[in-house]
Amino acid sequence: MEKIFQKLSLSSASLVFIILIGIFITLFNSSKLAIDEYGFDFITNPDWNKEVTIDTPLSDVTTEDIIIDEDDMIMDEDEVMFDEDNENTKTVFGGLVPIVGTLLSTLIALVFALPIAMGIAVFLAEIAPKNISNIVGIAIELLAAIPSIIFGMWGLYYFAPIVADIVGGYQVSLLTAGLVLGVMILPFMAAITRDSMNTTPSVLKESAYALGATKFEVIKDIIFPYSKVGIIGSIILALGRALGETMAVAFLIGSIFALPSAINDPTISIPVAMANNFGEASGLGESALFYLALILFVISFAVISVAKFYFLKKVK
Amino acid sequence: MRLLVNKIFLALSVLSALIGLTFLGWILITLFIKGLSSFHFSLFLNDLIEGGLRNLIIGQFILAGLASIIGIPLGMAAGIYLQEYGRGRYASLIRDLSDIMMSAPSIVIGAFVYAVVVIPTGGTSGFAGAISLAIMMLPVVINTTDNMLSLVPRELREAGISLGASKYRVIIDIIIKAAKVGIMTGILLAFARIIGETAPLLFTSETSNYFSLDLTESFPSLTVSIYDLANEPEESSRDLAWAASFILTALVLVINLAGRFITRNKH
Repeated sequence: MEKIFQKLSLSSASLVFIILIGIFITLFNSSKLAIDEYGFDFITNPDWNKEVTIDTPLSDVTTEDIIIDEDDMIMDEDEVMFDEDNENTKTVFGGLVPIVGTLLSTLIALVFALPIAMGIAVFLAEIAPKNISNIVGIAIELLAAIPSIIFGMWGLYYFAPIVADIVGGYQVSLLTAGLVLGVMILPFMAAITRDSMNTTPSVLKESAYALGATKFEVIKDIIFPYSKVGIIGSIILALGRALGETMAVAFLIGSIFALPSAINDPTISIPVAMANNFGEASGLGESALFYLALILFVISFAVISVAKFYFLKKVK
Repeated sequence: MRLLVNKIFLALSVLSALIGLTFLGWILITLFIKGLSSFHFSLFLNDLIEGGLRNLIIGQFILAGLASIIGIPLGMAAGIYLQEYGRGRYASLIRDLSDIMMSAPSIVIGAFVYAVVVIPTGGTSGFAGAISLAIMMLPVVINTTDNMLSLVPRELREAGISLGASKYRVIIDIIIKAAKVGIMTGILLAFARIIGETAPLLFTSETSNYFSLDLTESFPSLTVSIYDLANEPEESSRDLAWAASFILTALVLVINLAGRFITRNKH
């Protein structure tokens, strides 16, 4: 009995390992078709689901924006199937647009959330009296608990119109998607930063106060240097979260396979490309989506590992 | 001058906290006003096809419940391994991987389940959706169990062993009992997290307009239907999406607060 119990718990633990390896292998296998077809050029090719004539080099094809919605996608693929005797056209898939969209929306989110999250963390850790800090802390954590789809709906119908009024441009854009993403990672970032700050020994703080330092000086010269590593770790971890966020971005980014020429242009991100096109895709298109998923998985795996093992381990 | 800088800094910090609270308040008030104005008790009695939400709410609970049935025992067993049996490299590798898995993009987990469950079985199903959610839940349960067991004092273990109990008996009867409250809180928070998930369900369970208990077919999901409804052009669909969002958020926040309340009362 003892043996069985031990074996069971060991195999449950190994499940984590198996699932992660399984995800990697599955994504790799499913994207094999696209990897064989495009190789690493996939990353730099801005055309998605675009028909090109085979003898024309890719770069000479006039780029025009292709808007894919669910119905179009099905039609395009039917056409491809019927046109199979027409040998000199094929549909190409390139990942540049969603990759750029993912990175830029995450960057905007980070720039927006960083100062506010730091302010909240300082407020919770150092400024507010204990009971207020507790209540605000719970409120901030509740903000983190709200499902992402709610952020998306609220963002689309209430937040984006205001942003578009101020900045101009489209309501669905890289900017509004990034900002809503920022609101989403805000509580997460603030909570871990506060925890890092709380690890500062109070002896250090008290010594500084005794020397006549103001609160600002204590925070700037004692707490920040002390918890710097943990804070950087929490920022990178929040970045990892933002990279893979689907629903909040899906409502706001516009879902257009086109490189944005301005910050308030609509575009698409990897998770949104998957969310919108997965069910309808098949063959090379589906494989290209898996390729995108693989890229996203590798990037976020790397980002999270760096945060957890380089920065946050040191805190412990 | 120093004092002025200090004042400005403190004011900015308070302002940040206010901004954070404003967003929370703004979202909750929006949900309250929009949700309540289209809320009606008949929503709980009719299915989506008749303009209600009954099948979706029940479906979402079944998906999250089934995920819990799969994820909680596995996660707890793995957490027990890490804390009680695992020593050395392998255990710390698993702990690290579980940490990474906790932050893995949920849509990628959906794609994984799509490839290993949906394609081989020939279509979207309630099972596939539940498996996605279980994978989301697993690392959270592992993490909680691991942390909570580490708080149980050594003496309890030693006392159990010295009474002649076998190790697994000590774990089940003593250690788990001692850490019960903490683990339950963690599980509640994990449940609150997966019941609001959309991305891993999009192409695994999909959703359905009809009431269904058949887990081998596309399964009604509240969150996936909110996404569909919110993108419909008709005002009435969007109103229904707001009502559904209101119910979903209320549910998630109540479970969340309940979890916090339990811990606070016991400690």
